[in-house]
Amino acid sequence: MLIYILRRLTSALPTLFVVVTLSFFLIRLAPGGPFDLEQPLEAKVMENLNRIYKLDRPLIEQYWLYLSHLATGDFGPSFYARDFTVAELLARGLPVSITIGGLALLLALAIGIVLGSIAAFRQNQPADYSVMVFATFGITIPTFVVAPVLQIVFGLMLAWLPVGGWNNGHVRNLILPVITLALPQVAVVARMIRASMIEALRSNHIRTLRSQGHLRASRCRALFRRRRIEPGLHAGDGHRGDGGGVRAGLQPDRRHSLRAARSTRQV
Amino acid sequence: MINRRLANAVFAGLILTTSALASLPAMAQVVYNRGQEADPETLDPQKISTSAEFHIMRDLYEGLIIHNGQGKVVPGVAESWTSSDDGKVYTFKLRANAKWSNGDAVKAGDFVFAWRRAAAPETGAKYTNVLYPVKGLEAVHKGTAGAKPEDIGIRAIDDRTLEVTLNNPTPYFIELLTLPVAGPLHPASVTQHGSNFVKPENKVSNGAFRLREFTPGAQASLVKNPSFHDAANVKIDQVNFIPLADSAAAARRFQAGEILSTVNIPANQIKSLRQQLGAQVSVTPQLGTWYLTFNNDKPPFNDARVRRALSMVLDREFIAEQVWNGSMLPGYSFVPPGTNNYGPQIELGFKAQSVIDREEVAKKLLAEAGFGAGKPLKVEYRFNMSPENQATFVAIADQWKSIGVETTPISTDGRTHFAFLRDRGAYDVARAGWIADYNDPQNFLFLLESSAIPGLNYARWSNAQYDDLMKRAAAEVDITKRAGILGQAETILLNEAPYTPVLFFTNRNLISPKLEGFTPNPRASNPTRYMSIKG
Repeated sequence: MLIYILRRLTSALPTLFVVVTLSFFLIRLAPGGPFDLEQPLEAKVMENLNRIYKLDRPLIEQYWLYLSHLATGDFGPSFYARDFTVAELLARGLPVSITIGGLALLLALAIGIVLGSIAAFRQNQPADYSVMVFATFGITIPTFVVAPVLQIVFGLMLAWLPVGGWNNGHVRNLILPVITLALPQVAVVARMIRASMIEALRSNHIRTLRSQGHLRASRCRALFRRRRIEPGLHAGDGHRGDGGGVRAGLQPDRRHSLRAARSTRQV
Repeated sequence: MINRRLANAVFAGLILTTSALASLPAMAQVVYNRGQEADPETLDPQKISTSAEFHIMRDLYEGLIIHNGQGKVVPGVAESWTSSDDGKVYTFKLRANAKWSNGDAVKAGDFVFAWRRAAAPETGAKYTNVLYPVKGLEAVHKGTAGAKPEDIGIRAIDDRTLEVTLNNPTPYFIELLTLPVAGPLHPASVTQHGSNFVKPENKVSNGAFRLREFTPGAQASLVKNPSFHDAANVKIDQVNFIPLADSAAAARRFQAGEILSTVNIPANQIKSLRQQLGAQVSVTPQLGTWYLTFNNDKPPFNDARVRRALSMVLDREFIAEQVWNGSMLPGYSFVPPGTNNYGPQIELGFKAQSVIDREEVAKKLLAEAGFGAGKPLKVEYRFNMSPENQATFVAIADQWKSIGVETTPISTDGRTHFAFLRDRGAYDVARAGWIADYNDPQNFLFLLESSAIPGLNYARWSNAQYDDLMKRAAAEVDITKRAGILGQAETILLNEAPYTPVLFFTNRNLISPKLEGFTPNPRASNPTRYMSIKG
C-alpha cells in the first residue's frame, strides 16, 4: 500500500513540472502584469518594482530562479497579499483546508460506505434506487449551488448554524462547509462501494459457499465487510455488468494490478 | 443489522454536534464585524490603492486632515492651518495630544519622513502622484537627476509646526491630505522593520484603532487604540474587516446578523432585498463616473460625429434602472454631481430629448461620416468581465443596433483590460470608470489632458484648446473663475466625446439598524470611530 502511494506520488512529479512550466510561461504571454492598476504607475516606480521582484531579468533566468526556489520550498512573495510570502499564506491557510478537507473525506467515506452497502444488498429495490438517485444528485449539483442553499436553509431560515466565517474552527462553523464538500464525494464512494460489492456477491467462491448452505445472508454480509470493502474503496473495479460506471480515475494497468492483488486474497 | 448500528452512530454524532452548537463564545467587548469587498493587498498606507484598503486606513491612521463620518473635510492631526497670500505655502499646527499607538508623540518630522518615503521611487507607492502639487516631489518620484528628497517642499519647523510649499495654488490641496499616502509614518518602526513594519507585532499607527491580526481571506482585525487623542469617544472596541468578494454571500451573512454592514449589494437582488430589509438597503451617489472611451488612434473613432452618434443613442435611464436594477445612476456629465469647487453641472446637450428623436440625429451623423445601410459601422466593444458589464454590453449593443451599428464583444479580466487600454492596445470602444481621489473637477478632467500620465488618457485624444484651459485652471487662484474655466473644458469634452459618461457610481450598502453612525456619503468615508452598536 505504501509503495503504491509512493509510486502514485512520484508519477505526479513530471506532471507537476509540466504544469509549473506551462503556467509560468503562459502567464507571461498574457498582457498585463502584477503591478497594473487602472491608474498607471510612474516609469521609475515600475522599474523599481520590477527590479525588486526580479521581473527585469531575462525570462529564462526568471524561470530558473523560480524553479530553483521552488525546489527548496521557497515560493517567494505573494502578489495577492503583498505583506506575506506564499509560505506564510500556506502556513495559515493549509491547516484550515486540511481540517475541512479531511473531515469532509471522513464523512464522505462513512456515509458513502453505508449507503453503498445498503444499495448493494438491496439491489434493484427501492432502497437501492433512492441511494442512486441521491448519488446522482450529489455528483451533478455543483457545490456553488449546494452551498448557498444550505446557507439559506440552515443559516437564515432555521438559523441553526452560521452562514459563513471560520471563527477559529468552531464546530458550528465547520458543519456546513464539511457537508458541502462531502456531498459529491459521498455519492462517488457510495457508487463505488455498491458496484464492487455487487460484483463480489456474484463471485464464484461466495456463490459456492452459499449453494452449499455454508453461508446465510447475514454471514455473507459479515464476510463482505471484512474482505470486500477495502479493495473496493481505492479500486472501484466493479465496472462490469452492473452499470455502476466507476471507471473514472483508474488507469487500466492499475486496475489490472489491483485485481491481481485482490485475487491472492480470495478464499 | 449493520444499518441499525450505523444509524445509531450517526445519531450519536448528531447529538454531539448539536450540543456543541449550544456553546457560544461570550462577548464582553463591542465588536463590529464589517463586510468588505476584498482583502487589503497590503496594510502599508503608502502602497495601498483599493477602496477596501482605504476603509482600513481610515481606522488605523489619522492624517493632517481627515474625512469625518459624513465625508466632510475636518482637522485631523493638524488642529489649525494658515496659507500664504499666493496660496502656495501652508503652515500646519499639530495637536499637542496626537499620539502613536506605542505612546510616542506624533511629530511634524513624522510627516516629513513619510512624504520622503512616498516620493522615493524604490518604495513603489501607488498614490504618490496625487502629491505632485507639492514642490519638488514629482522630480524625486520620477528619479530626475539631481532631485533630492531634502528638496521636497515639506519642512518641520518644530515638532508641532509643519510647512508645505506647493508649485501652484491648489484649491483641493487640503483634501489631498486626507489620503493615506499623505499621512504620517512612525519612523523608528519603519526604519527598524523595513517592509515588515506592517505586521501586527511591529505596526505602530496613530488612528483610533491599531492592528491586532491580519489573515488574508479571513479578516483584518483592529482593536481600539488607547493612545488615540479622542479614544474616550470611540465606542467600538474591535472592528473586524471581513473580505466577502461574493456580494450575494455577503448579503446572506448580513441577513444572518454575522456582519453589520456591507459595501456592495448584488444588483440582481436589490429589489428583493429592499422588500425584505426596507431601509437597511442604501443606494447613494458616489463621486465616480462609469464611461465609454473611444480610441482616437483608430478611424472612424477619431471622427467626433461617430463618437457623438454612439453616445447619443445610449438610453442611460434604461441601463441604470433595468440593467443595473437602480444600483447605478444615469450619467450625463463626466464630472459627477456633488463635486466641490465647481459651478452648475454641465450635461450632455441631448439629455432633454427623447431617445427616439436622438436616434434620428445619430443616424444623420453616421451618414455624414459615411456609414449607412450599405456600409454599417462595425464596433468592437471591450470590457472587463463581470455579470453587470456583460449585461450592459448586451443593452448597449441593442441600442446601437437601432441606428444600424453592428457590435461585437471582447471581454477579459480586469487587469488585462486596463493594461490593454493603458498600453495603447488597438480597441474601438471600451468601458472604464473613474472614482474621485479628491473632490474636485480637476480629478476627472485631468484624465484627458494630452500631457496626462502616459497611459491614463485611454482615448488617446488630444485637444489644444482643452489642454490650454486645464493649464489656465491650474494657475487660477480664484475658485469661481477656476470653476468657470474647468466648466469650459468639460463642455469641450462632452461635445467632442472622446469619453462619454453612461452611469454614475453609487455606494451600495446594507446597514444594520443596530449600527449607528454609518452614514453613506459621496466620499464613502465611514470611519469606525464615529459609529456605535446598539444593544
